[in-house]
Amino acid sequence: MTEPLIVLDRVEKHYGAVQALAGVSAEIGAGEFFSLLGPSGCGKTTLLRAIAGFEELTGGRLTIDGRDMAHVPPNKRPTNMVFQSYAIFPHLDVGQNVGFGLRKKGLDKAEMTRAVGDALTMVGLGGYEKRASHALSGGQRQRVALARALVMKPKVLLLDEPLSALDKKLREQMQVELIRLQRQVGITFILVTHDQEEALVMSDRIAVMFDGQIAQLADPEILYRAPVNRRVASFIGMMNFLPTQVTVLPDGTAEVDVAGLGRATIPATQCAGGARAGKGAVGIRPETLTIGREGAGRVAEGTVEEVVYYGDMTYYDVLLDGAAAPVTISMRNVFGRDVLCRGARTPVRWAPEAMVLFHD
Amino acid sequence: MRRPGTLAIYAAFYLVFLYAPVILLPLFAFNDGTIIAFPLSGFTTHWFAELAQTDALIDSVVTSLIIAVVAAVLATLLGLLAARAAARTMFPLKPGIMGLIMLPLILPEIIIAVALLVVLSQLGIALASWTVILGHVLLCTPFAIAILNSAFLALDQSLEEAAQDLGTTKLETFWRVTLPLVMPGIVSSLLISFTISLDEFIIAFFLSGNEPTLPVYLWSQLRFPARIPVVMALGTLLLIASLVLLTTAEYFRRRGAARTGQDDHGGFM
Repeated sequence: MTEPLIVLDRVEKHYGAVQALAGVSAEIGAGEFFSLLGPSGCGKTTLLRAIAGFEELTGGRLTIDGRDMAHVPPNKRPTNMVFQSYAIFPHLDVGQNVGFGLRKKGLDKAEMTRAVGDALTMVGLGGYEKRASHALSGGQRQRVALARALVMKPKVLLLDEPLSALDKKLREQMQVELIRLQRQVGITFILVTHDQEEALVMSDRIAVMFDGQIAQLADPEILYRAPVNRRVASFIGMMNFLPTQVTVLPDGTAEVDVAGLGRATIPATQCAGGARAGKGAVGIRPETLTIGREGAGRVAEGTVEEVVYYGDMTYYDVLLDGAAAPVTISMRNVFGRDVLCRGARTPVRWAPEAMVLFHD
Repeated sequence: MRRPGTLAIYAAFYLVFLYAPVILLPLFAFNDGTIIAFPLSGFTTHWFAELAQTDALIDSVVTSLIIAVVAAVLATLLGLLAARAAARTMFPLKPGIMGLIMLPLILPEIIIAVALLVVLSQLGIALASWTVILGHVLLCTPFAIAILNSAFLALDQSLEEAAQDLGTTKLETFWRVTLPLVMPGIVSSLLISFTISLDEFIIAFFLSGNEPTLPVYLWSQLRFPARIPVVMALGTLLLIASLVLLTTAEYFRRRGAARTGQDDHGGFM
C-alpha cells in the first residue's frame, strides 16, 4: 500500500444510546479500491457518510490527505459521493447535472462544456448532455451520478451501494466498468456494499463490519481463505462448520477429531486467532470438498441426501458416515462427469490444509 | 351485481345541489329585473355597467385583492420556513410547537377574530387593512405548512445532500435545488392562501376598520334589494376569474410534472 490518504483513528458515532460506530480504525491508501462490507445496520453507511461529512463524529479522528476533517462541511471536503438513489436532479438535464458542481470552480463556459463532455464520454454517455434526466434508465442514471462526481476530480470517490438497484446482468457489467474506471482515473474508491461477491470482485481490500466495528480487514483472497471468525466466514461465501474436539500440539498445529472425517492436523496458519484446546469447529468451503476418488487429499464415505442443479454447478448435501449433519459440496459440471442421484453412496475427498479452525 | 342506477342518481343529485346555485349567479346577472325570481324578464348587461360605476364596490375589490396577495405571500413565506424545519430537522418540543402553529386550522374563526380585536384595541392600534392581513396570515399559514410539508417530504433528501457534496453551501443548495423542486407546492400554497383570504368574512368583518373587504361590503349591501343584481354581476366576474386562475394553475402544474417526469397525481382537475 502507498502513503495512506484516509486515516480513521478510533472513529465513533452514537445516536443517543445507539452506537453506530464503535471505534473504527483503518488506513486507506491513495488509488486504492476499498470496500466496506457488512449486513444492514453494521455501520458501513454511517462510516461512508462520516467520511463525506454528512455525519458528525462523536469520537475519534478522521484525516483525509493529512487534514483533520472535524467540523469540515461536505462542500469543503475533497470527496464526492454516488448516492444509493443516485440523487439525479430531476429539474436539470444530464449536462446540467454533471456540470452542477463545476459552477463553483470558476471555469469558463467552454472549459465547463468540455469537462462535462469528457466526463460523460468516460462513463459511456457521450452526447447525452441535452437528455432530460427523467428519461434515463437505471443504469444510465448511475452513469450520470458517476460522471457528476468524477468531473469534480475528488481525491476520494464514495459509492453508497451504487449497484443495488440494478438487475443482475447490468450489475455484473457495471462492476467490471467501475474497476476499469477506477484504474483509469486513479482515484481512491470507497464502496459500501452488502453483497460479498461484489466486494470480492471489485476491491483491493475489504473491511468486513459487524455492530459498528471492523471484524476483519484484508484483501479478498485472505478474507475468503482465512476468515478470522465464524461470523465473517459465513458472511463471505458459503462454509460448512463441523464441531470438533481440539488438541494443541507443541509445534502450534491443532489436532482435531471430526465426526465423519476422522483425525486430522490443521496447520497453525489455518487456526483463526491461534489454536486452543477444547471445543471448536472446523470450517470447510463447499468447493474444497470433492465428490469422487481422484485427486489429492484423504477420502471419507457418505450418502447423497440432496442434489441442487445450477447448470454450471451442482450442489450436493452429503451425510458422511458417522456425522450428525450433512456437509454441502459444490462440483463443477465438467464434460464427462455425471450428476449423482439422491441416496447414492459416494467417496468424498478432503484436505486438512483447506480447513479453518474456529473457536467461537 | 350492483344496480348501476342508484349511485348515478345520487351523484346527479349531489352535483345539482352543489352547482345549481352557482349557475343561478350568471343567470340573474344578465336578467333585466331587480327581483331574483323566475321567470326571467329579459337580457341586459345593465348590471355590469352599474357595477363599473359603483366606486365603493371597486374599492372593496381592490382592498380585498391587496390583502389577499400580501397575506398569501406572507403565509407562504412563513409556511416555507416552518415546513422546511418540520420536515428536515429535529428540535426540542417540535410536536408541541407544530401543533400550536397548526391550531388555527381547527380553532373557530370567531375566536381568533375576537381575540385579535381585543389585543389590538388594548394595544391602541387602529384597525386597517394590515390588521386584516395579520389575521389572514394567521389563518392561512397552517394551510401553507400542510401543503409545503408534503412537498418537502416528497423531496428525496439525498438531492440536497448531493448538491452539498458537489460543493454548494446550504443557502445555494436551497436556491438551486430545494426551491425549484418545491415550486409546485409554493404555487399551490399561494393560490390556496389567496383564495382563503379573498372570501374570508369573520376576521375581515372584525378587523377591517373603515376599509371593508369585498365580502364585508357585499354583506352590507344585502340590505338593499335593488343592489342584488349588481352583486350577482360581480359574482359572475369572480366565478370566471377563479375558473381562469384554476385552469392556469393546473396547466402549469401538469407541465411541471411532465418536465420533471413525475407521475401525475393530485392536482385539481
